[in-house]
Amino acid sequence: MQKVYANADEAIADIHDGATLMLGGFGLCGIPENGIAALVRSGVKDLTCISNNAGVDDFGIGLMLQTKQVKKMISSYVGENAEFERQLLSGELEVELIPQGTLATRCMAAGYGMPAVFTPAGVGTEVAEGKEIRTFNGKDYLMEMAFDADFALVKAWKGDTHGNLIFKATARNFNPLMAMAGKVTIAEVEELVPAGSLDPDQIHTPGIYVHRIFEGTNYEKRIEQRTVKPRI
Amino acid sequence: MLTKEQIAQRIAKELKDGMYVNLGIGIPTLVANYIPEGMTITLQSENGLLGMGPFPFEGDEDPDLINAGKQTITTIPGSVFFDSAMSFGMIRAGKVDLTVLGAMEVADNGDIANWKIPGKMVKGMGGAMDLVASAKNIIVAMQHTSRDGASKLLKECTLPITGLQCVTKVVSNLGVFDIEAEGFVLRERAPGISVSEIVEATEGRLVVPDQVPEMQF
Repeated sequence: MQKVYANADEAIADIHDGATLMLGGFGLCGIPENGIAALVRSGVKDLTCISNNAGVDDFGIGLMLQTKQVKKMISSYVGENAEFERQLLSGELEVELIPQGTLATRCMAAGYGMPAVFTPAGVGTEVAEGKEIRTFNGKDYLMEMAFDADFALVKAWKGDTHGNLIFKATARNFNPLMAMAGKVTIAEVEELVPAGSLDPDQIHTPGIYVHRIFEGTNYEKRIEQRTVKPRI
Repeated sequence: MLTKEQIAQRIAKELKDGMYVNLGIGIPTLVANYIPEGMTITLQSENGLLGMGPFPFEGDEDPDLINAGKQTITTIPGSVFFDSAMSFGMIRAGKVDLTVLGAMEVADNGDIANWKIPGKMVKGMGGAMDLVASAKNIIVAMQHTSRDGASKLLKECTLPITGLQCVTKVVSNLGVFDIEAEGFVLRERAPGISVSEIVEATEGRLVVPDQVPEMQF
């Protein structure tokens, strides 16, 4: 079993044009920074990206928008960047907006081997258009399909050489779900340790879901909204 | 007429000890500033946190610790992190006692529109559709009318719907309204606002009880 890769460029080398990718993170928190940088360097294009957000102009998925590598975004909240808006309005970029809980649950379904889930989110709205509705105990639910993604790029705090992952604080968000959902899951971690050095009780994502792992470098961890109170 | 701070302050009176509460972006966020002394309220942030605390002191901000508005925050003792599926799982399962969010329009049957204005850049619904589809107790904080004076408390929403028949209470800059079978039931008036002013500003079905007390702060 050899899951450890030297760097992001090697780990993502076989991501092909037209691939469907999941990218973990909420806003810029917990995004696979090294993986995104490597995708930009690789020049791979026509990507469908499943990610809660689309980054900002000059960071996160925004970097891949600048280089026009993204064909379609599937997200719950976008538009924190001008280039995104420009491409959307000009028709260069296709966007599918779905409720955040639906996004999370469609990842979860894939990771749990379930073809679909039922959720009330979006009933009576344009999100329901074309979807099967089922009524349980008098309440309507939409049938939402599990995602089918070729690759998942996730970011964890610590990982071991077996691919077991531990996340930190709210940088967890979609990462463990996407790790479970990808056909090939590529995890980048701030600290890579030998198998056996993590406490099995503390591991969030079992390594069975993780196919490739590497230790990332130069994490910028940019803050989108710096809100602080002055020291007294 | 209530200020945004006063709307938040009035909503805070709906809090009860031990509640788990999700506060949306904007006026709802301000409710956290008015949690009564001695009351234990646990704030849920749908990006994966129960036990959200105030903003950090300058220099203590942690890029790995943000709220659903992507702002740097802190945790309070007893807090817990989880992934986004569990976060919306607890919302869907009705574990969150109270949800407070903003709205562009509310209808007198409890329909809400708050995510999209046709012709303008659409940013997305985020977690709003999940919250309104499942929460049992939804209070909307909003301005009663648009800038040009048009009512936002309507017979039917004109903007794209976020959720159907879900809002239980509205606190606007003019008053407090319960949404019941007969429509908006006026419970309290903002200081200095008359019942007739509220009738004038409300397009949806409005029920005015015999006594409508002025709000007390």
